[in-house]
Amino acid sequence: MNPDISHPTGKADSLKQWLDDRLGIGEIFHLVQKKEVPVHRHEIWYYFGGMTLFLFMVQVFTGILLLLYYRPSAENAFESVQFIMTEVQFGWLIRSIHSWSANLMIATLFIHLFSVFFLKAYRSPRELTWVSGVLLLFIALGFGFSGYLLPWNQLAFFATKVGTDIAGVVPFVGEFMLRFLRGGEDVTGATLTRFFGFHVAVLPALTTALIGFHLLLVQKQGMSVPPSLEGKPVKTMKFFPNFLLRDLIGWILAIGVLAALSAIFPWELGEKADPFAPAPAGIRPEWYFLFMFQTLKLIPAKIWIFDGEVIGVLVFAVGGLFLFLVPFIDRPGKSGKSKTSSALTIAGILVVLFIVGMTIYGYLD
Amino acid sequence: MEKELNRRRRFLNYLLGTGAGATLVAIFYPVLKFLIPPEVTEAIQNSVVAGKVNEIGANTGKIFKFGNKPGLIVRTTSGNLKAFSATCTHLDCIVQYRPESADIWCACHNGRYDLSGQNVGGPPPRPLDEYQVNVRGDDIIVTKG
Ligand code: HEM
Ligand code: FES
Repeated sequence: MNPDISHPTGKADSLKQWLDDRLGIGEIFHLVQKKEVPVHRHEIWYYFGGMTLFLFMVQVFTGILLLLYYRPSAENAFESVQFIMTEVQFGWLIRSIHSWSANLMIATLFIHLFSVFFLKAYRSPRELTWVSGVLLLFIALGFGFSGYLLPWNQLAFFATKVGTDIAGVVPFVGEFMLRFLRGGEDVTGATLTRFFGFHVAVLPALTTALIGFHLLLVQKQGMSVPPSLEGKPVKTMKFFPNFLLRDLIGWILAIGVLAALSAIFPWELGEKADPFAPAPAGIRPEWYFLFMFQTLKLIPAKIWIFDGEVIGVLVFAVGGLFLFLVPFIDRPGKSGKSKTSSALTIAGILVVLFIVGMTIYGYLD
Repeated sequence: MEKELNRRRRFLNYLLGTGAGATLVAIFYPVLKFLIPPEVTEAIQNSVVAGKVNEIGANTGKIFKFGNKPGLIVRTTSGNLKAFSATCTHLDCIVQYRPESADIWCACHNGRYDLSGQNVGGPPPRPLDEYQVNVRGDDIIVTKG
């Protein structure tokens, strides 16, 4: 036989060729190979997006497992989670990982967002990457809020009452939002069913689409370098395989951390929700809502002629909207440095201090 | 000729546009309506038996069901019976009677009311609704209004 040099010989090679002819894998691979990651002293922050992605994949995987036993109704939800915890083999582990990973994911998401903010990576042409990222943050908070109710325990019941009532405070649309979220006047089984639908169908679909968009933009535009290094020669490494392999090390570590946390601190279930029992003492929401909770607790009942809570809620709502606008406010000037840009950095530092301070205060209080 | 063609094209575009618009409305109107939960008409209950007289000792409180809403019945240290809506006027939590301080307390944000339902501390913006209490035989009857 006289092997033809230009054509593949082995079985594997010909399969690869066959697939490539049909799928164009080579082109995709080429695109991935083109991406370079800058190497500098702020490089560590480039890992938090990927970490968030990994934790989301853990959520999808463990969430689907939980779906095999979970039953979304006021009568059955609590008992079904109890069943998962006590009867199903490794049920406690899967549920604990889902809960711990949800919390870690929100933490890495916050870190990712603030690192992008302080490195000013949102600037032109990356505005839409930022906007999709902020949307993903709000969706993640929605995941946390809706998931929290699913075990239908006392703590979740009151957290949901308060949380949805806050939505009701917003002028004009509040009444509609409250009924829409609760599926009626009060938090009942109807609310649980709705939250379940959001949690396992609507939000996962939205998240998947948005992550796709977000990553497409990152791939297309490449990684930004922080302003302090702009214009200077910066070393780079290949995304594939160098950076991805480093990502993988982080992910393996994350699995270890998740397993350890879940084994040492299995997630509690608490008591079943009772719509005719007083709110238990020491009630508080998940840590990522605590700074808002604590602020609302401190605001006086009346500010001038307005209800204090209305003012508080509006301030947070405006803050949320403002987050979307960051890249449109901070446009790099000709000189590269601008007053608005420095002002934004200072505002960002104040916001972080406020969030951290209020969260700590909330825990001590 | 050219003008005539443009006119026809505009007309067709208009037809197509309104057709597409109407189709979208026809699809999404029912969807939007579907999202809003139907009003559940409760039989309006003006009074309810909240419990037995001997069930509630002095300086204690108890949650009772007023239709599908919680109510709070309190016997003060001096032996009077009082009844309120148990829904905190702040953000909808359920309040409780606190014997130690002889007041009504909301655990969610540390809201406090006195025994006439007035909001006296913390974030609640309004007093609790108070109900009338009557005793008929052994029954404590609570009435709205
Ligand atoms: C970013 C993604 C997600 C977050 C932040 C999240 C968060 C949560 C939280 C906080 C709980 C309550 C945990 C507990 O106390 O047990 C929960 C429960 C649950 N989640 Fe998720 N989740 C996510 C994704 C998913 C996905 C993708 C699915 C399924 C497709 C899912 C299915 C479930 C189910 C069935 C429960 C109820 C079981 C239980 O409470 O143990 N989750 N989720
Ligand atoms: S809900 Fe009662 S004090 Fe906030």
